[in-house]
Amino acid sequence: MADIEVELVATAGKLWSGTARMVSAKAGEGEIGILAGHEPVLSVLQPGEVRVFPVGGGEPKRWQVEGGFLSFDSNHLTIVADNVVEGARPATSPATH
Amino acid sequence: MAGQQRVYRQRIRSTESLKKIFRAMELIAASRIGKARDRVTAATPYSRALTRAVSAVATHSNVTHPLVTERSDTDRVAVLVVTSDRGMAGAYSASAIREAERLIGRLTDAGKTPVVYATGRRAVSYYSFRGRELAGQWTGNSDAPSVEVAAEIADTLLAAFEAPADQGGVAELHVVFTHFRNMVSQTPRVIRLLPLEIVEGVEARDENEIPPLYEFEPSPEAVLDALLPMYVRSRIYTCLLQAAASELAARQRAMHTATENAEDLVRMYTRLANQARQAEITQEISEIVSGADALAS
Repeated sequence: MADIEVELVATAGKLWSGTARMVSAKAGEGEIGILAGHEPVLSVLQPGEVRVFPVGGGEPKRWQVEGGFLSFDSNHLTIVADNVVEGARPATSPATH
Repeated sequence: MAGQQRVYRQRIRSTESLKKIFRAMELIAASRIGKARDRVTAATPYSRALTRAVSAVATHSNVTHPLVTERSDTDRVAVLVVTSDRGMAGAYSASAIREAERLIGRLTDAGKTPVVYATGRRAVSYYSFRGRELAGQWTGNSDAPSVEVAAEIADTLLAAFEAPADQGGVAELHVVFTHFRNMVSQTPRVIRLLPLEIVEGVEARDENEIPPLYEFEPSPEAVLDALLPMYVRSRIYTCLLQAAASELAARQRAMHTATENAEDLVRMYTRLANQARQAEITQEISEIVSGADALAS
């Protein structure tokens, strides 16, 4: 299965780019998971976590975003976000789901 | 006569120390300009992604948004003037302000009421000295604008654009900033930011290629609602970054010229001082000679 090209950009510049097997994020209508061949989508991001699963498997890369949007077409995903913090969700907030 | 020489020497000394200051400012501007240009480049992916997304929404859906529709209920128009905080940058701020004044004149002739917003102390002092009211002003860090300041400016202007006519709403927003073409050429430029003109199909596509049919989540309206303010914020940030790079380039050039002029002055004063010294010596000799003559005869 093909991989997807991912670009994560913030106002000040490009934060990360590379290939991934799957990306999941909190979109306008709930959690969205994008694999290669997904239909073109343009969605608002809700505050939450963006996870990028690497091609070879293993631990996903995580970012916390406060808003923005993602656009996906022809296996190219662009995540445009404001106030990005790299890493997992802070330990202080309870993981209830 | 001896006084003459001393005056020249003094002038040489003060010009030398001015020259050192100019040289230092030139070097500071030169070292910062690289960073400013990097910031312009770094902000490009963000604005490109936004532009593509906005034009995708515009191409694939027929939604309208308050930010893209012309307002006719008020004749007030906002003008944002971007200048520097400090002088010593040649005609940089002056030409931006002149361009703004020209725009304000044009708008007034068209029967509109311009409302001026200013960034940078130069524009603020220009307007407050003339007793003209500023609707908003931002100063500090004009050579390294932050994302937060840009967002604050954008939010103020967006609020003004969305406000009702009787509460100080404006129908248009024009931005006057200095476009950074390259190190030697920066030109003041006016863009109309609001209402937005959405250019459809920014990306040239092949004839055979079918444009992707986007799924909008949650809805095209909601996506546009989130995108357009971000787009405006990014445009204003880009303008500020361009202006910052232009300011530094203008300052570097102005200080370079000032250094050269100081060198010229030093050379001229050195010649004059030498002449004065020669004249003094000649006079002393002729005094001695004529004194000796007088004694001998």
